[in-house]
Amino acid sequence: MGHMQTLSRRAFVFGSATVAGGIAFGAYGNVEAAAASTDGNPLATGLGPNSVTFNPWVEISPDKITLIAQHADIGQGVGSVQPIMIAEEMDLDPGQFEIRFAGPSPAYFNTGFADEFAPFVAADQSPAAEEARAATLEWLRKSGLQMTGGSSTIPDTYEKLRVAGAVARETLKAAAAKRSGVAIADLRTQSGHVILPNGSKIAFVALAAEASKIPPVLDAKPRDPSKWRMLGKPMMRLDVRAKVMGELKFGIDMKMDGMLYASVKLNPNKGQPIKSYDASKARTMPGVKKVLEIKNGVAVIATNSWYAMKAVDAIACEWAPSAYPAEQADHWKVLESSFKPEFLGKEWKKIGDIDAGLKTGKLVEAEYRAPYVAHQPLEPLNGIGLVTDKGMEIWVGHQSPRFVQWVAATAIGLKPEQITFHNQWTGGSFGHRLEYENIGVLAQIANQMKGTPIKLVFSREEDFLQDIPRQIAIARHRGSVDKSRIVAADLQLASTTPLKGLLERSGTPSKDPDGQLAAGLWNVYYDIPNFRATSYEARGLSPSTTWRSVGASTSGFFTESFIDELIHAAGLDPMKARIAMCTVPHYRKVLETVAEMSDWKGPLGNGRGRGVAFVESFGTPVAEVVEVTATERGIRIDKVWVAADVGKVVDPVNFENQVQGGVVWGLGHAMNCELTYSKGAVQQTNYNHHEAMRIYQCPIIEVRGLENDPKVRGVGEPPVPPAAPALANAIFAATGKRIREMPFNKFIDFV
Amino acid sequence: MIELTVDGIKRQVDVVPEMPLLWVLRDELGITSAKYGCGVAQCGACTVHIDGLAVRSCQSHIGEVAGKSVVTLEGLDNRDQHPVLQAWIEHQVPQCGYCQTGQIMQAISLLGLIPRPTDEQIDQVMSGNLCRCGTYPRIRAAIHAAAAASKTAEK
Repeated sequence: MGHMQTLSRRAFVFGSATVAGGIAFGAYGNVEAAAASTDGNPLATGLGPNSVTFNPWVEISPDKITLIAQHADIGQGVGSVQPIMIAEEMDLDPGQFEIRFAGPSPAYFNTGFADEFAPFVAADQSPAAEEARAATLEWLRKSGLQMTGGSSTIPDTYEKLRVAGAVARETLKAAAAKRSGVAIADLRTQSGHVILPNGSKIAFVALAAEASKIPPVLDAKPRDPSKWRMLGKPMMRLDVRAKVMGELKFGIDMKMDGMLYASVKLNPNKGQPIKSYDASKARTMPGVKKVLEIKNGVAVIATNSWYAMKAVDAIACEWAPSAYPAEQADHWKVLESSFKPEFLGKEWKKIGDIDAGLKTGKLVEAEYRAPYVAHQPLEPLNGIGLVTDKGMEIWVGHQSPRFVQWVAATAIGLKPEQITFHNQWTGGSFGHRLEYENIGVLAQIANQMKGTPIKLVFSREEDFLQDIPRQIAIARHRGSVDKSRIVAADLQLASTTPLKGLLERSGTPSKDPDGQLAAGLWNVYYDIPNFRATSYEARGLSPSTTWRSVGASTSGFFTESFIDELIHAAGLDPMKARIAMCTVPHYRKVLETVAEMSDWKGPLGNGRGRGVAFVESFGTPVAEVVEVTATERGIRIDKVWVAADVGKVVDPVNFENQVQGGVVWGLGHAMNCELTYSKGAVQQTNYNHHEAMRIYQCPIIEVRGLENDPKVRGVGEPPVPPAAPALANAIFAATGKRIREMPFNKFIDFV
Repeated sequence: MIELTVDGIKRQVDVVPEMPLLWVLRDELGITSAKYGCGVAQCGACTVHIDGLAVRSCQSHIGEVAGKSVVTLEGLDNRDQHPVLQAWIEHQVPQCGYCQTGQIMQAISLLGLIPRPTDEQIDQVMSGNLCRCGTYPRIRAAIHAAAAASKTAEK
């Protein structure tokens, strides 16, 4: 059935379509249906003369080759690895092609969500699971869900971009064969050229016009990885040089002729409108052009961003009160009372007899907590908008191009197709650029400034205040141990719903239980004979959304800390017990690898301690060992070892960087970050209140990638969830103190 | 009109003297390698050199910078061959890259004061520069590499 999925992915992706003045290969739907239509390939429209597009990812004109990065670049390397996957197959070298981000189109639906959305744990490769994933894939195709997220950069595109490149290569060879009279089999490609047997070369760009007049070679197959020139080997990310030289333009760096600058003050009671305001002082301030009212706040238009920020700060606003509790303590109270049948999300898994199991041996009970946390990528929310009589153009870095169209259009009474979206390089996201705080606001402002391009930049404080946070959650876990064995684990949590919230704000609400609350809760691969995993969905709290690793960022901490407690109660070694209990052979290998890397030999003593945690999220199993020392100045994190199995390491240097960054993210926020509400607004409004990790706290992080998983997996998020529990488990090993709530600095000091 | 020298070029700007240098660079002069991250000297993304020292341009009022010489990353001497930038490329430090211009300007300043810094010295000087992507291990490695390269070049 693994075969079936591979087949269906390809069939959905590749068809052919002839268009006037050019040719487009790669429409969606089956080949026959697509042959009569140009709908599938968004590159077919707007193609210049004597140009060719082979599929939604390749465009060749007589001047240049353009490769489309399908996903948004949020620092994870999309703008490099996705074009390189195409270039690998086309025999293009870096520097021989331009890169453009995909525009909104169902052609760019994300196949990588099939595994995450289907209701089976990742390690389940049974026919039933694969059938469900195939059905999910078909749903994704039909819905045209174009979204960057879920660590799907590689899983979504590993197959289709290499096939896209192979189709382009073979079709260019066919065009060269026609021109030269040489058999295709005698042609080869190298460095952007077709090479004839006599050594003469024809540049790909010189073949564009002819390639547009011949049928595409749709059965082209990507090469075996053993033949790769770039992929799988240490390679230079294409964006590194421009970023180091300060030449890369992020969304916030873009400028247009005649542009004015906007800044906003929005109701910090998220989702609520403005009642009244007094802008008399702001109107007199330097650089100010205009003060505008929008639905949930006010905007100042000025001649530069700082003037706009200063003036908007001087506006006194009266806000409608929050729909959620004004004070943080009441958020926790709501969660505490959500462990009731009427709030049941779903009982995700039940094995054995949980009640009988809990009565066997020694009972262990523990409550865990995880707070709201902010995303706060370093580039604040921004965007440029221009509204004319025809519609709106918007330049903004975002992970969901089609939803941007919907949100902007809805805000100002246009149709989504009237919104022209240009994706931008972004200074990070971590889930922030899946939300729309800046989109609807920018549309409203630009709509009141028709004909003038408006650049909106959120102040950092505004960005914090509007940031829709990571879910807040409480876990009440129970388990039992008997005769040096875990007999039962009953994992229950109550949480706000990140994915449900995001889908609703994207205009695609779902009534299903939030699957992200199962992540890290039900995909537990230990041999525990009596097991149950249940989620409860708290209502009426702060809107919540996806934050790097989403559900597993909280559940992974709860589950792997609690498993550690059970292991200790059973008198076992945390590493050996996990290895012994692990039911999936190649996941066990991940644990064995991290044990070997860290030379795990049990307790260290002398105030030092090691903790281990293992979490599979987004299909990628990751095991981490954290080593700490309890010093006079607090806990010092000395070293972290990480093993992750992604099936195939496509971009090894970036892989290591992503994993290290994920560990830093997971540790830093677990140590010292939370958002708390007071009077309906979060109290943390800059990095001094929400610091995460700085370089002085950063440990040495040793990384190893494994390639045993039958599928190619992502790595942007999966290194995050094990970091917090591995740290908490290490602190326990070093000090005997069990920390059950993030952030840890509420309970222990860090160096 | 306020006069200053930016990247070796004399510039005049017509803004209020309280305006932070950062916004003069970005919005008035179109020099975008200095980034806005926090506005309160918490992140270091806006770091430039004034008279040779690393400063947070979000905290330097343009009125106080008048007559001084500002160097942004874009105006570094020998930028294409600069050992710190070369080390940053060699070690592929950036992920999103937004903080890196500030990190680099701070690192250059560090190496000007301490040519062969220890990890501890790196941590001390670089801790004001936030990286949300978590590239710290690579920043350390790149600084050591740049220090070694400069040492070699001197010989």
